[in-house]
Amino acid sequence: MAKVVDRKPLTWAEHTYLPQIVGGLKITLTNLFRKKVTLQYPEERPVIPDGYRGIPTLVKDPNGREKCVSCQLCEFVCPPKAIRITPGAIPEENTERAHIEKAPQEFEINMLRCIYCGFCQEVCPEEAIFLQDTFSLSGYSREELVFQKQKLYEIGGTLPDKHFKWDKKRSAAHAGNAH
Amino acid sequence: MVVGRNPVNGAMFMILSLVGVAGLFVLLNAFFLAVLQILVYAGAVMVLFLFIVMLLDVDVVSKRSPGNLTIAAGTVSVFLLGLGFVALLDRPQMLPEPTLLAPERLPSLETPMAFVTGIQAYGYSLFTKYMLPFQMTGLLLLVAMIGIIVLSKRFENKSV
Amino acid sequence: MEPATLQLLTDILLTFVYAGAVIAVLMGITMYTVLAERKVCGWLQGRIGPNRTALPIIASIPIIGPFMRGLGLFQPLADGGKFLFKEEPIPAHVNKVYYQLAPVIAMVPALLTVTVVPFGVWWDSVGVKHPLVLANIEIGILFLLAISSLGVYGIVMAGWAANSKFPFMGGIRSSAQMISYELAMVVSLLPVLMWSNGPGSTAGLSFYGIVTAQENGWWLIFAQPLSALIFLVALFAETNRLPFDMPESETELVGGFQTEYGAFKFGMFFVAEYAHIVVGSAVFSLLFLGGWDFLPFSSFNPYPENWFGSLLSIGWFLVKVCSLIFFFIWIRWTLPRFRYDQVMNIGWKILLPLAIGNLIFYTLILAIYDANR
Repeated sequence: MAKVVDRKPLTWAEHTYLPQIVGGLKITLTNLFRKKVTLQYPEERPVIPDGYRGIPTLVKDPNGREKCVSCQLCEFVCPPKAIRITPGAIPEENTERAHIEKAPQEFEINMLRCIYCGFCQEVCPEEAIFLQDTFSLSGYSREELVFQKQKLYEIGGTLPDKHFKWDKKRSAAHAGNAH
Repeated sequence: MVVGRNPVNGAMFMILSLVGVAGLFVLLNAFFLAVLQILVYAGAVMVLFLFIVMLLDVDVVSKRSPGNLTIAAGTVSVFLLGLGFVALLDRPQMLPEPTLLAPERLPSLETPMAFVTGIQAYGYSLFTKYMLPFQMTGLLLLVAMIGIIVLSKRFENKSV
Repeated sequence: MEPATLQLLTDILLTFVYAGAVIAVLMGITMYTVLAERKVCGWLQGRIGPNRTALPIIASIPIIGPFMRGLGLFQPLADGGKFLFKEEPIPAHVNKVYYQLAPVIAMVPALLTVTVVPFGVWWDSVGVKHPLVLANIEIGILFLLAISSLGVYGIVMAGWAANSKFPFMGGIRSSAQMISYELAMVVSLLPVLMWSNGPGSTAGLSFYGIVTAQENGWWLIFAQPLSALIFLVALFAETNRLPFDMPESETELVGGFQTEYGAFKFGMFFVAEYAHIVVGSAVFSLLFLGGWDFLPFSSFNPYPENWFGSLLSIGWFLVKVCSLIFFFIWIRWTLPRFRYDQVMNIGWKILLPLAIGNLIFYTLILAIYDANR
């Protein structure tokens, strides 16, 4: 139900606009002495909240091993097809990474195509790819902005999770109940 | 630029000539008149002229030959102008004194009015000796103004 | 060379030097008014404003350098440099002569008005007070009004020469607005002139005379608040400042008359606009705030009668002018723009009758006062 609000007729003082102008001037004058909200950007950086979707990066587990097993799910799910993975096998003699069959031989993300949707992070079964807090990218050429595996790990760093999945798998394998 | 075909050009040159007339006034030591010339004619009247010329978007006037009457009138006026010049140059003592003289009788102590500036002298003579012409000019302007209102305003009750 | 000729030559040369100095100072204040506009605008909106520009050597002085940089004191230089070195394209559809002429015509009256504006006092060897002014002519106020009314031609010409719709609208609006508000402005000045030209007064129409009258009495803003208000509103309209910036109005007319202009020609319009603000502030403080008069209601002036007193009077005058410039900027960033019909309504239906009523009121007051003396 619409409610009709009667507009009050202007008083004589309001007809001259002058009290309103003075009121407006007061408001702007108080603004003059308020704390400034400007962020001096390149020197001061904004606080990035948790869950921010910056550029996608690859992370390592607390033991410093790469988590990606090159299942290529992210490659399939990526809407703009920004991710390209060349899978590679892990040699058997690598005891450090035993029980893991594959690792990406190459892993590139084209940052010019990426739309920061976060699907790759969502789909990753190994929690190996994360959209982190880097939000400004720039470069002089297109090639420069196709990030390779090494660069992605550099930006991504280590994720301090508590799963220790591969350790558990290894101890399980030693106990004899490998799948 | 009387023969020019572009009305905006014409208006601009008219402004220029009005400013030039103001310069002549300055040379005659009539600063007040010079400033008034610029203030009223160049500053206000010509702005209105330009406003109208631009708003109506008067295009370049097509060249047309003047009528017989126009030619006759032009010839006569040029002749009269020449006659006037000759008459003036022939008898230079007829030229009026160009300087504005302050009134001879200064106000007494009871009515102290110091005639120190040309403007005050202007005002004094305008409101004493030339009161009637001054008022008549005002009345004329008022009549012109009312005439404009009557001409330009359409009255509702009359069907056109 | 004869001594008289030499004297004449020196006089002419000195006049040139003085004029150059005054213009230089005016341009300096104008440039920093542009900066003040940006700074104050930023502050009023909770921002900081320009604080990045730096001159290589001066900015590296330990404490002063960063402070000046933070205040943006080098910004006007960068702005000027930018205007100077940008390419100056001339659109193909413009009327070339008027297009080139318009910025000059806009600039000249803005700078010319400063010749009759006194900015201080000095005392000669026998202790007689004189105004510090380029040309102390007795009809200074009329001269200023006349010259500033010529400033509209630059805008009208620019709007017409640009030969496109929005600039044209800007030019048309500007001419209509100028005529409307000039009338109210002049009529609001008449009571001021009557007040200062009491019996026996020699004030005339000169700024110095009006300041002298205020030195001996009240400041006119207290004696005639309504005149001051009308004059101030008309001044805003004449300088094309918000809330009256009809010719420019960015949101409706792109940039108004200056849409087709770029680089230094635009810069000239820009500087002319701000020079108008500076001169307008100076005129208002001379007419209504007593110029360099120290206190509103007393004739007390603490200036010693030497060069130091002159400097003090200039300083106090500049304080008033700068406060008024700040007021101009403050109003601009507070009020929205009027609609065009509102501008015309205010000018013709409110300000002009108000000014005429004001004139009649003060005429009666002064007549009664003079009759009872």
